[in-house]
Amino acid sequence: MVNSGLRDWLYQRVSAIFMAVYSLGLVVYVLAHPDLAYYEWHHLFTYMSMKVVTLLFVFLLLIHAWVGMWTVITDYIKPFVLRLMINIVILLALVGFFFQTILILWGI
Amino acid sequence: MRFSIYRYNPESDAAPYMQDYDLDVKAHECHMVLDALIAIKNNMDDGLTYRRSCREGVCGSDGMNINGKNRLACTTHLSALKEPIVIRPLPGLPIVRDLVVDMSQFYKQYEKIKPYLQNTNPTPAKERLQSPEERSKLDGLYECILCACCSTSCPSFWWNPDKYVGPAGLLQAYRFIADSRDTESKERLSELTDPFSVFRCRGIMNCVDVCPKGLNPLKAINHIKELMLEEGV
Ligand code: SF4
Ligand code: SF4
Ligand code: FES
Repeated sequence: MVNSGLRDWLYQRVSAIFMAVYSLGLVVYVLAHPDLAYYEWHHLFTYMSMKVVTLLFVFLLLIHAWVGMWTVITDYIKPFVLRLMINIVILLALVGFFFQTILILWGI
Repeated sequence: MRFSIYRYNPESDAAPYMQDYDLDVKAHECHMVLDALIAIKNNMDDGLTYRRSCREGVCGSDGMNINGKNRLACTTHLSALKEPIVIRPLPGLPIVRDLVVDMSQFYKQYEKIKPYLQNTNPTPAKERLQSPEERSKLDGLYECILCACCSTSCPSFWWNPDKYVGPAGLLQAYRFIADSRDTESKERLSELTDPFSVFRCRGIMNCVDVCPKGLNPLKAINHIKELMLEEGV
């Protein structure tokens, strides 16, 4: 708890910057390929580098979401047990999303 | 001019209510909202209760919500306001009576940031000197009159008044962190790294919008965050 405000704040800044760069990159890619179809899109994600960067993007997105959700839940759910349970459910869901992303990316 | 003023006396009223007063502001030579409040109290209703002292924007005691915005009654021109002029106490604090709020929570947060110089170096024979540059770092910070207009307009403070220091307290925290004569900057910073004290600021900027002294608490808050990174607390 001691430094966690500073740490969470840093996580959110760093993840936001990475996500912005990644999203911009994708937008540029889409604009540069006006006749983008399933084949090119599929091909893009066969590159190992793209898989890794995308997984990192999702990972940071989930961290970002966790900090945000934790904050909202802390403010709005007062009973401790209920808050704990909701936090656990959210955490499990986020971890689930991460593994789902791995399955999708490495299934390509 | 019509005034609609929040009234509540916990000893006799079951619930707060708004009371209207029609005041001839010309006849009473009222220029500021505080002049009108004084005229109403002296001539129409001596039960009306509010705080005031300096009547020139120095003491910070007459912060109130006027037409939806927190400001000092003594520095708010009547001519700049739309009628009816709706006056309420500062939002988010317990009401003592009418426009008087209980500021304990606000002062508790102020106390938390240790609003006094701390210096562990041996005391010099004469005084602790400061260069003009060092002194200029305190501009925009030391002018705060603790009127609470900012903290009581801040949604983060409304929600967590017990844990979030609030814009006024943080502006003063930075005032001492930035002071070259204070040796405890790092200590001060490390006392604020929990998720609430500073980091509940969401950059909503209500504080900047309302400050009657034109100060910028958000800028101070951001300086605190940057310094935390630089100092590696
Ligand atoms: S900028 Fe921060 S301190 Fe100022 S009103 Fe918004 S949340 Fe409150
Ligand atoms: S920063 Fe401005 S609004 Fe806030 S307490 Fe100080 S003078 Fe009042
Ligand atoms: S009466 Fe002192 S600030 Fe308004």
